[in-house]
Order: sequence, then structure tokens, then C-alpha cells
Amino acid sequence: MIQAAYAIRITDLRHQFDGRDALSGISTQIRRGKITGIVGPDGSGKTTLIRLMAGLLKATGGNIQVEELDPIAEAGRLRPQLGYMPQKFGLYEDLTVQENLTLYADLCDLLGEKRRQRFDQLLSFTDLTHFIDRPAGKLSGGMKQKLGLACTLLGSPKVLLLDEPSVGVDPISRRELWKMVGELAHGGITVIWSTSYLDEAELCDDVLLMSEGLLKFNGPPTTIIAGMNGRSVQLRDMTGNKRAILKKVLHSPKIIDGVIQGHALRLVLKTAGDLPDLAQLDAGSAAHFVDVKPCLEDAFIDILGGGPGGESVLADHMPIARLDGSIDQDAVIEAHQLTRVFGEFVATDHVDFKVRRGEIFGLLGPNGAGKSTTFKMMCGLLRPTSGWAKVMGIDLKQSASHARAQLGYMAQKFALYGNLNVQQNLMFFSGIYGLRGKAQAEMVADMVRVFNLEPYLNTQASTLPLGFKQRLALSCAIMHHPPILFLDEPTSGVDPITRREFWTHINGLVEKGVTVMVTTHFMDEAEYCDRIAIIYHGRTIASGTPDELKQMATEAGEADITMEETFIRLVERDDRTKP
Amino acid sequence: MFNALLTLIRKELQALFSTPESIRMLIMPVILQLLVFPFAATLEVKNSTLAIYNQDGGAASIEIIQRLAAAKAFPKLIMITGEPQLQQVIDHQQALLAIRIPQDFSRQISIGRAAKIEAVIDGRRSNSAQIAYGYAAQIVTQYVLEQATPAQLQTMPAQVTVQNLYNPNLEYRWFVLPSLVAIITTIGCLMVTALSLAREREEGTFEQLLVSPLTPGYIMLGKAIPGILVALLQGTIIAAAAVFVYQIPFTGQVWLLYLTMFCYGLSLSGFGLLISSICANQQQAFLGVFGFMSPAVILSGYMAPIENMPAALQVVAAMNPLTHAIIAIKGIFLKGFTFSQTWPHLWPLLLIAAVTLSIAYFIFIRRSGQ
Amino acid sequence: MTLPKVNLRHLLALCKKESYQIVRDPSSILIAFVLPVMLLFIFGFGINLDTNKVRLGIVTEDQGNEAEQFAQVLRGSPYLDIQTGNSRSQMQQQLQLGEIRGMLVLASDFSPTIRKQQKTAAIQLLTDGAEPNTANFLGSYLQGCLEVWQQQRATDQGLNSVATSTIEPRYWFNPTTVSRNFLVPGSISVIMTVIGALLTSLVVAREWERGTMEALLSTSVTKTELLLSKILPYYVLGMVAMTLCVLVTTLILDVPLRGSFWILFIVSSLFLGSGLGLGLFLSTVTRNQFAAAQTALIAAFLPATMLSGFVFEISSMPIAIQGVSYLIPARYFVNVLQTLFQAGDIWYIILLNSAFLLVSACFWLGLTAMKTARRLDD
Repeated sequence: MIQAAYAIRITDLRHQFDGRDALSGISTQIRRGKITGIVGPDGSGKTTLIRLMAGLLKATGGNIQVEELDPIAEAGRLRPQLGYMPQKFGLYEDLTVQENLTLYADLCDLLGEKRRQRFDQLLSFTDLTHFIDRPAGKLSGGMKQKLGLACTLLGSPKVLLLDEPSVGVDPISRRELWKMVGELAHGGITVIWSTSYLDEAELCDDVLLMSEGLLKFNGPPTTIIAGMNGRSVQLRDMTGNKRAILKKVLHSPKIIDGVIQGHALRLVLKTAGDLPDLAQLDAGSAAHFVDVKPCLEDAFIDILGGGPGGESVLADHMPIARLDGSIDQDAVIEAHQLTRVFGEFVATDHVDFKVRRGEIFGLLGPNGAGKSTTFKMMCGLLRPTSGWAKVMGIDLKQSASHARAQLGYMAQKFALYGNLNVQQNLMFFSGIYGLRGKAQAEMVADMVRVFNLEPYLNTQASTLPLGFKQRLALSCAIMHHPPILFLDEPTSGVDPITRREFWTHINGLVEKGVTVMVTTHFMDEAEYCDRIAIIYHGRTIASGTPDELKQMATEAGEADITMEETFIRLVERDDRTKP
Repeated sequence: MFNALLTLIRKELQALFSTPESIRMLIMPVILQLLVFPFAATLEVKNSTLAIYNQDGGAASIEIIQRLAAAKAFPKLIMITGEPQLQQVIDHQQALLAIRIPQDFSRQISIGRAAKIEAVIDGRRSNSAQIAYGYAAQIVTQYVLEQATPAQLQTMPAQVTVQNLYNPNLEYRWFVLPSLVAIITTIGCLMVTALSLAREREEGTFEQLLVSPLTPGYIMLGKAIPGILVALLQGTIIAAAAVFVYQIPFTGQVWLLYLTMFCYGLSLSGFGLLISSICANQQQAFLGVFGFMSPAVILSGYMAPIENMPAALQVVAAMNPLTHAIIAIKGIFLKGFTFSQTWPHLWPLLLIAAVTLSIAYFIFIRRSGQ
Repeated sequence: MTLPKVNLRHLLALCKKESYQIVRDPSSILIAFVLPVMLLFIFGFGINLDTNKVRLGIVTEDQGNEAEQFAQVLRGSPYLDIQTGNSRSQMQQQLQLGEIRGMLVLASDFSPTIRKQQKTAAIQLLTDGAEPNTANFLGSYLQGCLEVWQQQRATDQGLNSVATSTIEPRYWFNPTTVSRNFLVPGSISVIMTVIGALLTSLVVAREWERGTMEALLSTSVTKTELLLSKILPYYVLGMVAMTLCVLVTTLILDVPLRGSFWILFIVSSLFLGSGLGLGLFLSTVTRNQFAAAQTALIAAFLPATMLSGFVFEISSMPIAIQGVSYLIPARYFVNVLQTLFQAGDIWYIILLNSAFLLVSACFWLGLTAMKTARRLDD
């Protein structure tokens, strides 16, 4: 039987939620036996598209065919051929690995000898054989994803739909997931893998770049990247403050985007080969441009119209951050042998670091590595089992509230009051940090202006688009002019442009003397930091500037490696040295 | 710091009134319960059906039957003609009470001898049936007295004259509504203190509060005070409905009523915060609230008097803020309580509040450090 | 109409999953076992409508024999807890504070008037009207005591006792008229309502919130299988809880069960069906644990307590509310419970009420079936 070349056909697909357009007319075809990435930030329509493919939603307009079947009308025939892994795994946390597998096997009528064989196969494939009796809730993030994948594969599906399967997973597990999925595709299974990480998308056979419900590009990533040839450059060997230089560079009309990459700046040119004037940049005599290979993120930014400028209106509004002179400028934030144990589980294991004034310090590591635990101890939210953590020389666990008034905190997933509107949230957070009366009203109005929150003033925070949630969360954290900022996974899932904007603000604040500590599992974000500590299994396995770490991991004769590769190598090295 | 507290309270109130749905959740249950409880929660007996098996036919029996038929408590009468029917009428619960007047009743009465009427009572609904029996007994006794000769009367020279203070007609509603002021406000206040805190924990905003300059004490106050405000608001609605809609007399002083509601709200907030400090998520908090409320309402003296409870439960009832609140509020409504009479019921509320808030505070501190 | 297809293997797998979750989740165990027993004890001992020792104050302004005799009679009553006092005003204060529930005044002319037998002596009884039930009781009880005392006197004096025709009570079912015997069986309906509605209202909403529902929906399970897999394990849990309740009621609380346990079982199943149906319906429709639980409380628990006839007599309520009570499954269940426990197998009552319960169960389960989503946007 000749199979069609396309497993999925989509024609002018539309979908609306509560009057909002989640998808606005998508037309494309998905190749059989290939890995197709659906890429875009949160809210771009990725999950909606996948759910429409799975038949979990009925499109409000347009047409979709999966394996020549209508996912709604012919659901009975399609479902056995589909494997679907939703964002939240779909695992029953109280059930063991074995019990989860058995449940899904029963549900797809996999029995007897065939079941036994498949179980063995999948368990060794996912390396979970030793964990069959562990409750799914007690698995690490990576293992959960693998188990989820295994359950989805039980029915030997022809089409595999994976909704953000690698979120927060450690890079090693992520590689293993990719390897598994690659093998599956090789065997003829069509894989749809959605992600908001553009570096991941580069590895797919085809990508669907999505933004705000529209399909911006469809095709092999190499095609779109090739279109950017000659437009990606690095500015290396600068002398002086790289942030200040970046700000200047972004002023040039020839540059559409720029980020910090270790000690260098990575820039995207408007036209290939058309470089800005070096002399005007005050970057020092040794500074020079070097052509680099473009990446998918460059292309995405280009499609979206270029990054934001380098000016932070926010930072311009902020005064210079003042710190008491008696505080050690080299150890504004400090952790000493910080340890936290939960029962038998060591979440943080003798972590040490010092953060200087005006520096961006990052804790880098996958979910479950111990970043949040460490972070919480630094903020005074958790008591250390041993060791100590100090901010401005004071142990926050015992500090008076005036010490906390000097902190700004942005929680994971932007903890805002969902049922209050933007104005009320702003008034609340400024109020509890001691602002009142005219000063408060002015500050709130400032924030609204700076972050363009005007149209959302009366919107409930829970219904804000993700980018605005982030802006609101940042504004709530800084209204009281804190000299120290703690940011916990501040850019999770946001689109690249909003992310750039966010970091522009942070850089601006740092220019004014604010000290920033950030945690992230997003390896590329580590490059924006001055120094980072890599946390894995609760321990600091390496710390230093991003470039120093890359050098540690680079082998002789190798060109630049990515942060992710650095992480993996350092972790593997550490694993080998353990007894 | 005071301003920070005001900000907390304002935020809480804003959240409560943020959506039409949450406003509905605050007001609707109150109105619903106000409409239903005063009518449903009655231990009076009205509209009952009385079955009569008149094996006699004489004047006395007919007179008694007529009087029973005229009684307010028995608008319906079933005349029974045979023993099996009597059995059925009670078995099938067609009548609450059945009266059998024996064959020679009127004759016995006319010659001045004692005669007995039998009342068959459905023990399955023994409480109401007993009350019904009481009414019937009164009617029979009245009749008998009227038939008594002077000589006979001489042996009954005394009568009890009953005067029911504070509620002359023993209107059940006068007992129910003041109690409802306390009962209905219970769930609202507990929801605000226990559940909202659990929700903040789940949403992550609780962490934001802990990192801020606010101390745990302030955070707790920031939940307790809105709880009390909600209690006062709902209490006002109920008290107003009681006085203006249900015509319950109000003999005490308004400020005293509010003082009592405040103390009660404080003790409830204490419990609410205690529950939320122990519970990890909303579901557990909800179960905790429910697990507190049901015994509290049952053991408060609202459904059955406290003096009827075994000693151990009476001790529990003493620790129940609802018990004290009900006594105080009933006193203010019906008995014209002054401050010195209300105070014995207020200080237990304050004590309960102090104890629960302290425990909650300690657990709070320990847990936020864990 | 084609019968809904149910793949037995799918159903069993889902039920197994549900059962594991129940057993491993402490809150389910709490709701199903600890809460009912606690409530049973509280209902059983806390609500006692039988009058115990009512505190009655006696002010004897009279010095005479007759007054003292009467007071003695009262002191001997098992239902009264007498406190004597000298001053009317002081006693009245105690009355106001609630320290006594009634106050009897034997005025100074009591004994002489009785001896002279020219007019009727008055005994004044002041009751605390804020406790209507107790006040009622005191009024009729004391009148009865007075009559008994007067009869005794008359007999002692050799007078012809009044042809006091009386009306004598005979109790069918619950001869000891212990209020617990009629309250506790009724309370089982309240408890079962809690279990049925509360437990299930949390269950489906929880799956939605945790995301496991989405994964299930993408497999080949049918709506029927999903629904049954939610109902069956909770039905078993509910019936186990009910059996526990019956055991506690009969063995520990000493309430007799005169009817057949199996009939009780069947009728309870029907009632549980309603409760589960209601709870699942709320859970399915709201998809949010908190809202579901709150609504379950108001829609199920309150009516079951107030309008089911278990404590408050339905016929005493206004017609409108009586009408509402016909819609409440608990009402029918309470009827059956009270009959089965105290009377025995009276088929008329059992069948009539069971029919209503069956209709109610079908209604709620049917509604839930209609509302169970097979897609995310159903």
C-alpha cells in the first residue's frame, strides 16, 4: 500500500476561545515519518493546534485530516493510531511506573505476550527498568517525561503528538528523549514535537514557526536559517562595559537584534555584510566583528520584525541603587555551605557562592536540581539544615522586616493575584512595600506607562497574555527601588522579543547598581549573566563566568560550544569523578 | 506598617468582591438560608394529621373529637373504622398520632368514673409525636376539668399559670433567627480565612508575602480582619432581616450586638487560620472547615439543648465559639442583655480567639521556615 | 436505542486505577471513614431531644406544709434539677442569664388557700421563652405533677379522687422513645450525603486540574466507561462506609435495627446513586475543586440536614418548603431509615420511597452522563 507522503493535512484551520482567536487560518502539511517541530512562545497556538490534531477540540473553522481521517467524526478509527502526551504528562502520580504502564496498556488493548515484550522494550528504551515499583510522583522530571512517552507508545501509534515534552528537563535527559524520538521517526512514525525553545527546533526535520495564532514559517529549519546567512555576527574582544556597548550598538539602524553571549555580543544585521561603524562604539581597539553561523532564533526575531532597542525606559526611571557602605561589596549576596535536607533527600548540598554588587549571578540547572530550594533559602523562605545564607550581610531568616524591604522578588510562574486586576495588583505590591499616598500613585502610574499596561488596567491578572504577566510581575517587584533583585525563572515560556525586552530592563537596572540573582533552566539565558553556578543534584559542580565554563568544557581544537553542551560535559565529567 | 496592613485588608476585600461570582457566593447562601431555615428549623408541630378511632359514639367522645378537630395543630383528621386500619395508618405514617376512644367512654364519664383514652404514638418520629400528644392531652384535660363537679374540683385547688418570659407565645422563630445570626456567618468567615490562605499557598502569592517586609503576624491579621468584616456584614444582613422581615423583637443594644459579632468573628478567624496553617492545599482546608463546622453547629445548642448532652460533650460545647455566641445574641435580642450580662459569654470567645490565633501563629512561623 | 458499548477490560483497568488512588489518598479515607464515625457520635450523643434534668428554680414564700410537700414532689422528679431560692428578683436574674430554665413561685398564700379550698390557688411558673422547647415541656410537665400531687392528697384525705379521665400514651416503635433511636438512623442519610457528594465532587475536578483527564480523553475510552469508572469505586467505598455506620449505630450506639439489613443495603445503594450522581455532576460541570465542593455543600448537605425530616418535622413547615422537600432524595431515605431501624420491614413505606430514590438516582446519573465531555470543549 502506498502511503501518502503527508500524515497530516491542515487547511485554513481556525479556532476561537471566548472570542479570542487562538488560531487564525493555518494551512500546511506535515510529512510522514519526520519530526516536525511546532515552535513558538506561550499563547502562540501550539497546544491548540496539537489538541485539534488529537480530536480533543473541534475547530471553529477550516479543516484538518490526520492519516486521512477527521479527528472528530472518525475519532474511533483514529485514536488507536494516535499517541498523545499532554503538557502535564498524564501520569497518575499515586500509581507506580508499572501500574501506569499497565493502565495504558489495558486501554489500548495490548495483551499477553505482546504486552510483556513491549513493556520490556519500552522500559529498557527509557531506562526505567529499575524503577517499575516507584510511584510516578516520585520520579525526576526527566524520568516522568520518559514514562509519559512510554505510555504513549504502548499502542504502537502511527502519529505521535508531544506537547512541550522537554520543558524543564535536564539537558542529558532531553538528549535521550531526542534520541528516542529520532529512532521512532526513523522507524516511520510521524512525530509532532512542540516547544518554545528555538535551539531545540533547529534539530527538527521541519518546523512550524507560530506566533499569535499565525503560521509564520513552515519548512526545514535549514532553509530559514540559510536565509539569514551573513547576517549573524559577533563582536569580540571588547574592552569596557559590555552592557553599555550593547546599548550603543542597538542604536545603530544597521542592527536589528543583539544579545550578550559570554564576553562577546551576538548581533543580527539588517542586511548581510553591512556592519556598523566600529569607531563609534567605544569598544576598544581590539574589538572586531566575526561572522558566525546563524541560528533559528535569529531567523525568528527577523520574522517578528526585530528585537527591541537597547533603551530601558524603566531603568531610566530608577534612581541609582544605594547600598549601605558597611556592606562587603564583594559579597552582597552570599551562601556558605548551604545545605537543605528533606527527610533522606538532599535537595541542596553544601553550596557556596558570593555575588558582587552590580552583578548578574545565575543559578543554572534543570528542574529538580535544587535551584529553587537554594533560591528559597537565600530569600529567607526556607530554613537551611546547615550552613547559612546572607543578603547584605544579614541572615534573612532572622532579619527585621526593613531588611526585606530592600529585596525585590519575582516568583516562578509570576505569582500575581489572579482575581485582581492590573491596577489593584500594582497598588497592592507597592503598598506592602511601604509606598503610600502621592508617591505610590505616581510610581504606579510610572509603571503603567513604562510597561504599556494602560489597555490592561482593568483586566484580571489571570487572563493577561503571558508577556504582560511577566511585565506586571517585574513592575511589582521593583516599585520600591530594591538594590537587590531575586528572579526565579523569570522568562519561562515568553516569546523571544519579550525576553529580550526583559533583559534590557534588567541590564538597565544593573547599570544603575542593582545586584541581580536569577535562576533558570534555560541554558542560553546563562549567557546574559556575569557569572553562573551550575547546580546539579543539589551540588555546585562548577562556577565562573560563562566563558570560563565553556573553556573548561571545550576540548582541544574545538570551536565555540553552546552552553547546553558545556553543561552536559561538565555534568558527565562530574559523574565520572564521583566514587 | 499600619499602611501595609490596610493594603492587605483592601486586597482581600477586593478579591472577595472581584467577580460577580464571588459576590454571589457571599450573599446567596445567606439569603437562601434566611429564607429556608426559619421555616424549616422548627420543632413545633403544625399541620399534623390525627387519626381517630371512635369505638364509642356518645356525647363526650363527639365533644372531644370536635375540640381536637378545631385545634390548630391538627388540621387534618382521619376517622378510622377498624383495628387493621389503625395499624396501617401508623405503620404507613399517614398520621402522627392515633387516638382510640373506647366503647364505654361517654357512659363512664356521665356516671363520674374515670375513663381512659388511648393514644398510639409513632415512635419513629417520637419527638414530634410526643409534642402532638402533649397538645391532645391538654385538650382532653381541659374537657375533663370542665366536666368536673365542684366536689371533684375541691380536690384540685391549684393551677399552674404559665408565663413565658421573653417570648410569650413561644414563637419558634424568635429562637431560631438570633441563632442564625451566628450560624450563617460561620461559613463565610471560615471560607475567607481558611480557604483563601490555602489558595494563596497554591498560587504562589503566599511566598511573595513572606518575602516582603510583612511579618507572619501581619499576614495573619491581614486575613483575620477581612474575615471579621465579612462576618459583620453577613451578620448585619441577617439581623436586619430578623428584625424587619421576621418581626423578631430587639430588646438589647445595637453596639452590644456588634461587639458580640466582632468577638465571634475573631474567634472564628482564629479557627480558620488554625485550619489553614495545618492544611497544605485548598481541598484539605475545605475538609477542615467542614469538619469543624458540622460538630460546631450540632453541639452549639441550636438543635438540642446543651444540658441534654453527656458531660464530655458539654465540655466540648464550652470550647465551641458558636455556643457562646448564640447565648449572647439570643440574650441581646430577646432578654435585653446589658454589657455585664453579655460579658460572661464574650470573654470565652476572646479566650478561644487568643488560643487559636497563638497556635496558628506558631505553626505558621514553623511552617514558613520549613 | 443502542446500549452504550462498554469494554470490560477498559472499565476494569480504570476502576483499578481509581481504587489505587482512593487507597493511597489520605483525604478519601478521612472522608469515608473518620468523618462519618465522628459525625455519628456527635449526632448520637450531641443531639438529645429527650429532656434531661431541667434546671428549675423554686421560690417558696410560703412557710406552710403544702408548699413544702409540693416542692418535695418536684425534687423527687427525675426530670428536674431543683434549685431553691428566697428572692424572686434574684431568681429572675438567674433566669435571664440562663442559669435556670424556669422559675416556680409558691406565694405566701399558697398553703392557706389550698386548705381553705375556696378559690383556686395559683402557682406561677416563669419560663425562659428563649428556649421554647424546654419552656413547653416545663409548662405541661409541672401541670401534670400538680395533678398527680393533688390526686395523692385527695386519696390520702380519703376524698373521692376526681374522675380524671386521662389520655394515655402507647408507643409503637421505639417504645423507650429514646430520641437517639430516631435521630441516628436519620443522621445516616446526612452522612451518606456528605460522602457521596463531597467525595465525588472533588474527584473529577481533580483529574481536570491535574491534567490526567486530557490524556485519558485521547485514548479510546468511551464516555460510559469513564463515567462508570468514577461511579463504581466510589459506590463501593460509600457502601463500605455505610456498613461501618450501621455497625457503629447498632453495636456502639445501641440503636436497634429491626428491619432487614439487605433491604437497608439496597435502599442505601439507591440513595448513594443519587448522591454520587449529584457530586459527579457538580464535579464535571465546574471542573474546579473548590467551586464543586462548595456547591456540593450547599446543594446537598444543607437540604439533607434541614429538609429531610431527620430532625425537623416536614409537615410543620410551610407548604412551599414542603414542596421543595419532595425534591430532596434525603427525605425519602430518612423515611425508610426510620422505619427500617425502629419498625421493621413495612413494605409500603419501603417501596414508595425507593421508587422516588430510583427516579432521583437515574436523573442525576443521567444528567452527569449527558454532561461528561468526550472532548475538551464539550
